[in-house]
Amino acid sequence: MILRLLARRPVLLALALVVAFALPWLIYPPVAMDIAAWALFAVAVDLLLGYGGLLSFGHAAFWGTSAYTTGLIALHTGLPFPVAIVGGALAAAVLAVPIGYLSVRLSGIYFAMVTLAFAQMIYFIVNQWRDVTGGENGLQGIPRELFGLDLSDPFLFYYAGLPFVLVGLLVAWRIVRSPFGQVLMSIRDNPSRARALGYPVDRYRLLAFVLSAALAGLGGGVFAISHGFASLHDVYWTTSGQAVMMVVLGGIGTLWGAVLGAALIVSLNDYLATAGFEETGIITGLIFVVIVLLFRKGLWGTARDLTAARSGRHRPAAVPDPPSSASSSERLDQVAERSGR
Amino acid sequence: MVEQAFNGLVSGAFYALLALGLAVIFGMLGVVNFAHGAFYMLGAFGAFVLLDSFGIGFWAALLIVPVLLGLAGVVLERLFIRRLAALDPLYNFLLTFGLALILQDVVRSRYGVQSQQYGRPGLLDGSLNLGLFEYPAYQVFVLALSALVCGLVWLALTRTKVGMIVRASTEKPELTRALGIDVARWVTPVFGFGIALAGLAGVLAAPMRAINPLMGADLIIVVFAVVVIGGLGSVFGSVAAGFLIGLISALGNLYVPALSQTLVFILMAAVLLWRPAGLFGREEGLV
Repeated sequence: MILRLLARRPVLLALALVVAFALPWLIYPPVAMDIAAWALFAVAVDLLLGYGGLLSFGHAAFWGTSAYTTGLIALHTGLPFPVAIVGGALAAAVLAVPIGYLSVRLSGIYFAMVTLAFAQMIYFIVNQWRDVTGGENGLQGIPRELFGLDLSDPFLFYYAGLPFVLVGLLVAWRIVRSPFGQVLMSIRDNPSRARALGYPVDRYRLLAFVLSAALAGLGGGVFAISHGFASLHDVYWTTSGQAVMMVVLGGIGTLWGAVLGAALIVSLNDYLATAGFEETGIITGLIFVVIVLLFRKGLWGTARDLTAARSGRHRPAAVPDPPSSASSSERLDQVAERSGR
Repeated sequence: MVEQAFNGLVSGAFYALLALGLAVIFGMLGVVNFAHGAFYMLGAFGAFVLLDSFGIGFWAALLIVPVLLGLAGVVLERLFIRRLAALDPLYNFLLTFGLALILQDVVRSRYGVQSQQYGRPGLLDGSLNLGLFEYPAYQVFVLALSALVCGLVWLALTRTKVGMIVRASTEKPELTRALGIDVARWVTPVFGFGIALAGLAGVLAAPMRAINPLMGADLIIVVFAVVVIGGLGSVFGSVAAGFLIGLISALGNLYVPALSQTLVFILMAAVLLWRPAGLFGREEGLV
């Protein structure tokens, strides 16, 4: 009964909002902010992986580029931090145009390799461009200027940063449910058929890539302002891998799962750091291996299947379909009809 | 200039050995092995540990370490890789990524992040006079040995029956199976062999590179770029691109030092623009 109630979307949404607003009361506020920023990052990766079928293993390039751009704007112009964050997200989107243009020419595993390689290039550039990025020291002392308001208290800053994350999540949710999102999913399921119906597959993929990069950038900007610094770690491949791991842990193609995955991984990292455990790769690597071997649907996907099985009926139609349930051709035909093709 | 070109070929030798291992594994199993860099790192640490704890020198390590790592690869394939073989190859990519994180941090927890030293083998400690300049004998040996290994693998693939089976099952697995050839039998040995190649590269790297837990991860990403440049799924292309990229990067470093680390990725971008399947790859199989 409770489970079925929870599976209703308005209830779920209300509950999630309550948790989002109550979070800094429950846990250490900077960690709460980290969870929110990483949740947006993971959702951006899931948008591309779960709905576009493209595994980007280089999204740290966009998260990090935005972190640095946000930091530079805030440090050098003295503009309010929201402007800096939006500037960072825009920079990430601009960077995604050439990288995406080249990468979407490949798909599947090659797409993952190429995005990883491009992200490593960005890492080397950031590392070498010392005058601007500070090299190994990174950018330090990024201010949180907002019309003279004192936001140095992380508890207060959480509520200043949260709206960016919520807007980002809302955008992701809208994209998935738009006609654009439907076409994207059909391309994921059957690229040849989508192409035959006249959809410019590469252009759809590129747009999805740029949108996803902008969302990752939004998260990266919030992260940089929250921490007051941007470091090489933000553009390193382990950061890309961590975002992918959150998605896989939570469940690919669920959006909610990415948020859940982010909350769990950030909390775990915080716990390990507090405990003084440095070799976090052993734990995170093990989680990766176990999830991939045993729980490929992720936590959210598994839970959803369980509640669906218990209630004996299929879920409300508005919840995104897992890749196998609805026939891709049906979906394409519906979209094609609607757009008059 | 010529000396710089030689340096480039030596780093190209490492790219080539690693890319070759990646390419045969990818060809046979359709798996992109992210842990390849970690096995390269284990190869270097293997040589170090053999000398440090057992007093076993370079020449024996050159044989023992690749064999041991090859066996580890066989176990890995049997236990894990095989379970995910039927699924989207992305899952095995993620699995090996997790594995790379584990291996890297297990070594780090034992040896820390500072680099270990490994001396050159006595026989190769001097330098050779190559006419125009003096060059360390060890580097010449690395170049010669990796060229030899790549050549032997190429011969084995094109001239022997095993090679024929491997190539056939790479290109048309179903058809090969339908012709009554047991493809599955060759999957595990090929995986082990690819890992052994990474181990060999690691042992070769021990006397001339800094031995630390992170040495493989950064290298493998460059090797991914090399594989994309050489041609997706092309064994010959991967090796050729390995040497070529080593050479071009070294010469580029001479003229535009600022680009030393990014040049390979710029080349990859250019290749993607001009020939998405890579220099020696075929268009089919894309998309």
